[in-house]
Amino acid sequence: MAEYVLEMNHITKVFPGVKALDDVSLKVRKGSVHALMGENGAGKSTLMKCLFGIYHEDGGEIILDGKKMEINTSKQALDLGVSMIHQELHPIRFRPVMENIWLGRFPMRGIAVDKKTMIRKTKELFKEIDLDINPEVLAGTLSPSSLQLVEIAKAVSYNSKIIIMDEPTSSLTENETKHLFQIIRQLQEKGCAIIYISHKMEEILKISDEVSIMRDGQYVGTWAAKELTTDLIISRMVGRDMTNRFPPRTYEPSKDVVLKVDNLCSPLPKSFQNVSFDLYKGEILGIGGLVGAQRTELVEALFGLREIQSGSIEKDGKIVKIKSSRDAKMQKIALLTEERRASGIFGILSILDNTVIASQKDYSKFGVLQDTKRYKAAVKSNEELKTKTPNMEQLIQNLSGGNQQKVLIARWLLTNPDILILDEPTRGIDVGAKYEIYSIMHELVKKGKSIIMISSEMPELLGMSDRVMVMCEGKVTGILEQSEADSVKIMHYATQFMK
Amino acid sequence: MQEAKLISRKDFAKIFLGIGAFLVILGILFNFILDPSVFYDLPMYIGGIGIGSIIYGAKQFLDKANQDVGITISSKTVKSFFTNNAIILALLLLVVVIMIIQPRFMQYQVMLDILTQSSTKMIVALGICFTLLIAGTDLSAGRMVGLAAVVSTSMLQNPDYANRFFPNMPQLAVIIPILLAVIACMIFGVLNGFLVAKYDMHPFIATLASQVIVYGVTSLYFDMAPNKSQPIGGIRPDFIALGQTKVLQIGDFPGISILVPIAVVFVILVWFILNKTIFGKNVYAIGGNREAAVVSGVNVFVTIMGIFVFASILYGVGGVLEAARTAGATNQYGNGYELDAIAACVVGGVSLNGGVGKVGGIVSGVLIFTVIQYGLQFIAVSPMWQQVIKGIIIAVAVAIDMAKYRRK
Repeated sequence: MAEYVLEMNHITKVFPGVKALDDVSLKVRKGSVHALMGENGAGKSTLMKCLFGIYHEDGGEIILDGKKMEINTSKQALDLGVSMIHQELHPIRFRPVMENIWLGRFPMRGIAVDKKTMIRKTKELFKEIDLDINPEVLAGTLSPSSLQLVEIAKAVSYNSKIIIMDEPTSSLTENETKHLFQIIRQLQEKGCAIIYISHKMEEILKISDEVSIMRDGQYVGTWAAKELTTDLIISRMVGRDMTNRFPPRTYEPSKDVVLKVDNLCSPLPKSFQNVSFDLYKGEILGIGGLVGAQRTELVEALFGLREIQSGSIEKDGKIVKIKSSRDAKMQKIALLTEERRASGIFGILSILDNTVIASQKDYSKFGVLQDTKRYKAAVKSNEELKTKTPNMEQLIQNLSGGNQQKVLIARWLLTNPDILILDEPTRGIDVGAKYEIYSIMHELVKKGKSIIMISSEMPELLGMSDRVMVMCEGKVTGILEQSEADSVKIMHYATQFMK
Repeated sequence: MQEAKLISRKDFAKIFLGIGAFLVILGILFNFILDPSVFYDLPMYIGGIGIGSIIYGAKQFLDKANQDVGITISSKTVKSFFTNNAIILALLLLVVVIMIIQPRFMQYQVMLDILTQSSTKMIVALGICFTLLIAGTDLSAGRMVGLAAVVSTSMLQNPDYANRFFPNMPQLAVIIPILLAVIACMIFGVLNGFLVAKYDMHPFIATLASQVIVYGVTSLYFDMAPNKSQPIGGIRPDFIALGQTKVLQIGDFPGISILVPIAVVFVILVWFILNKTIFGKNVYAIGGNREAAVVSGVNVFVTIMGIFVFASILYGVGGVLEAARTAGATNQYGNGYELDAIAACVVGGVSLNGGVGKVGGIVSGVLIFTVIQYGLQFIAVSPMWQQVIKGIIIAVAVAIDMAKYRRK
């Protein structure tokens, strides 16, 4: 018996123009949790896609259980005992949960699908991992975190030797994460190895046995988790020391109120209710809370994307009505949405078009665009933010997450906003780029702009906010000054209405 | 494995300039030595290709931005050249084959005919491309062509024609019925836009509904007494001139149909709108990512309305020109044009998923279809086989096009 259940040796993968993987090796022990870490674009997902048969490696070998394998399709990978939980879930929303799980291998009776067996098997599966979901509800009605757990159940159902988990906790609450860890321990006991990809250091150190680190498509090394600390991991990931995760603060917010929100209520009873707060000129107001605290819904209402039933919004002392994103733009409010890909970037358009789309009127005469003016503005805005791109014609989808985010910030800066609302500004962005985004935020408040930042990462919330507003189930449960805020208090407020 | 060869852009340009010069000289030589009754206008085509090559070479030569970037020639770049230009290459091959089978195809008169026949289709396709760019479609296009044809001709008949649609109508200025025809189409364009933008209806359904309505309305109008569904004839010559005039009749040159320059004007107009106006950028933005467009403050309602209304204007113009070209109209005019136009757009690289498509692609898509149709008729392929071949070309062209985006 070989010691390793999986050996990937000297894997190389080239995409047009980029060497995504350059001689990468990964060895995973039987029944271990092996964390795979690296900045975005380091090649973690590409490596896993090679293993899972989505890509085919250009060089190197994959050895499963001591046998050299060629994996060409995902089906083959599943048959060989490798399953994968993808970073982005694509459930079939209008079909029941159980069909999503057994898709492609429905239990059959003759030529018909055996629904009863399917229900029974799904119930057994859910019981095994302690999941309380009705197999027959439509997948689309589940919350993102429940879907994530269903996806994990699906991976378990393959009885795999290796389960790849790509950012499995990105939409899970703390309790659900604990639940996931229990499942992982169970799987480990059964001898299943887990390859765990995550950006969350604390999680990695808690759950994994070994940690492999990649940087820029290259393999850095593998260490036992016991020997590692957060700082060690970060310095090995970025290849430099990162003693400060946040830039030093060199500004002082004023006490002028730019935005006064008073008793804002959503027409939906389960969404935000009776929200009141002030936003000062030149400050960063963090909004903390758990998934489902209605933070995104609140800021989308401020931006005119959702209806408001009652309450008022005052901008610079005047009551304003914001019914659409165009109204918001007129009031000099900008919003970077949480879902960068779904509602932020135009993937198939150029960086130029992506940058100027929100401010085209300023670069046109009678509806006809003035190309040089437009181009210069886009270049200037992106240069200020240090967006890394060969040219302005590049499609934005070819950029890394951090650079896409910079283009989106550049887009909104061109509208010259007073208030920037950033919804999870560093989600899915690597450590180095995060620091740059933080620096940009500091620059902006120094210039007198105000920022509202939603964040689910406690260190970010504490490290960046001048004040933290905490929400729970649609209500504001507390507003903390930076000096008094700590993770315990925030968690306390964030779970106020929960049992 | 792969043999890659790097040559500088200057040398690359020189190759094209050289080939071009050679072909031009060859063309001039052939002009004197080849028997025109056997080879027709072949020398002119050879010369034309030569001039094209020289222009391309000169462009490469003068390209300041990429001057230092060499051109790599390897099996990979050659392959990508073939997949990127597969449709054009297939078209050229087809043309050569037809020329060999039937040398009369080499007459430049043939090319002029093809351009003339493409003109009205081009205008319809340009209209439909807007709706495709937002991942929609417009099934009412063809019927709107028919509506415009019937409305315009019904008011533009000779005063002494026996079967007048409006027996007592005075002679109107030509522009008035044309405007009325285009306005009639715009009404349905507004309907389409309203259904899609206001009710978020899928354009397929919304335009299917208006397709049926438009045909019904056209037929009702066409069936009014005293016309009673007879084909409209006896069209005034000043209107017919709009579709049948020839320009540039110099010496032996037979002239170009006025439809060709009209179509060129619309091609330039649409190119300008798509690339140089806020409206055009918003069209691409909505097609690329509607959610993001909403967040960015794009006025989606107005843009979608604008798309369908502008498209309907183009269909109206197409219908008017079609009526002028054929000097008549029935309520069956334009039937099925929308599918031809959609096919031409798709073959020209417009993505049905929205956001992707260029005017140049649409122009070549339309030309390809006309060349195929005309060419197959020319070598006497039966109309039934023509249908089969057309279908195969759509499928193959799009399959090759998709291969560009797939990567593994």
